[in-house]
Amino acid sequence: MLGAESFEGQSELLDELKDRARGLVERLEQGDFPAAAEMIRYINEARDRSIYREVGKLTRGLHEAILNFEIDATHHGIDNDNMSKMANAQERLDYVINLTQKSADKTMDMVEQGIPVAGQLGADARALQVDWQRLIRRDMKPDEFRDLYHRIDEFLGKAAGNSSELSEIFNSILLAQDFQDLSGQVIKKVITLVQEVEARLVELMRVAGQVEQLTGIFRAPEAEKQKTTGADVVAEGPQINAHERADVVSGQDDVDDLLSSLGF
Amino acid sequence: MKILIVDDFSTMRRIIKNLLRDLGFTNTSEADDGSTALPMLQNGNFDFLVTDWNMPGMTGIDLLKAVRADEKLKNLPILMVTAEAKRDQIIEAAQAGVNGYVVKPFTAAVLKEKIEKIFERVEASK
Repeated sequence: MLGAESFEGQSELLDELKDRARGLVERLEQGDFPAAAEMIRYINEARDRSIYREVGKLTRGLHEAILNFEIDATHHGIDNDNMSKMANAQERLDYVINLTQKSADKTMDMVEQGIPVAGQLGADARALQVDWQRLIRRDMKPDEFRDLYHRIDEFLGKAAGNSSELSEIFNSILLAQDFQDLSGQVIKKVITLVQEVEARLVELMRVAGQVEQLTGIFRAPEAEKQKTTGADVVAEGPQINAHERADVVSGQDDVDDLLSSLGF
Repeated sequence: MKILIVDDFSTMRRIIKNLLRDLGFTNTSEADDGSTALPMLQNGNFDFLVTDWNMPGMTGIDLLKAVRADEKLKNLPILMVTAEAKRDQIIEAAQAGVNGYVVKPFTAAVLKEKIEKIFERVEASK
């Protein structure tokens, strides 16, 4: 049964019910059925009123919970006033997607820019090395030596330039990792929001449980769980805790083992 | 060697494209889900398909099944590169006729190994 502190106005309700019940018994003993029926109606009404009150409280609690989804909204370009807090959370996560996308694009731009630079440097060095070896073996005509002499000079200049270009590229790649910090902060706030929603939902469940007890509503012991072993395999995305699940592989080696067990 | 890369994230397509280029495969095209990929495959003379699983629109597993059901495409080698790591899923992909399965996050070496293995098999079965 409910504890005395379970909900506001419970003792009032109990007092009212006791009064009405006594009245009901009196009317019945007097044989006054219309009046007894009236008493039963009062009792029902009292019960309904308390249900409405609880539902009202639930609604207020829910509304408050939603209003309380206040998270510091400091991100540029987002009009937070005209947005529900949940929409704001979505917006924040979209922001994280955009941020990581931009960083990845920037990093790959830089890598694609750097690969040919490094490749060219290596190719030039290898070409020079061939002729340099010939020089060491004294297997070179004076004309060829003069050509090599210029090419080495040119190469040294180019190598210095290429190396500072590569340094710049590495720096840009480094800077493109700032998303980690920014997205981390945003995600932390969304986690806080989700935790808050969870806490509110638990509270809602608790209040709803009281309403159920109060009204004598019985739930089916365990709502029929949807069978998850259906034919359709649903995509789940990345596994965060693969090692905690037996039905999930924990890496490429597991995949390879599984496939080879299937005859691959 | 003409390769189609299917993934809903442009970043991942680009990573795979770069890794493939590193392996000497420069003729690549991209699609962002199965429903864009399928007509490309039907009209494009592709030799190899690399696809993600989880995509909006048509998923990779549906694309795999559609390719295997298509008379013209049914022998196309397919490598799945995906974050989907449930045993049931890998088994489903294998039964649907995938040629290789790489789970994300992956390394360049793993991708290379799987691709080479697939081509070895394709050559051997010719």
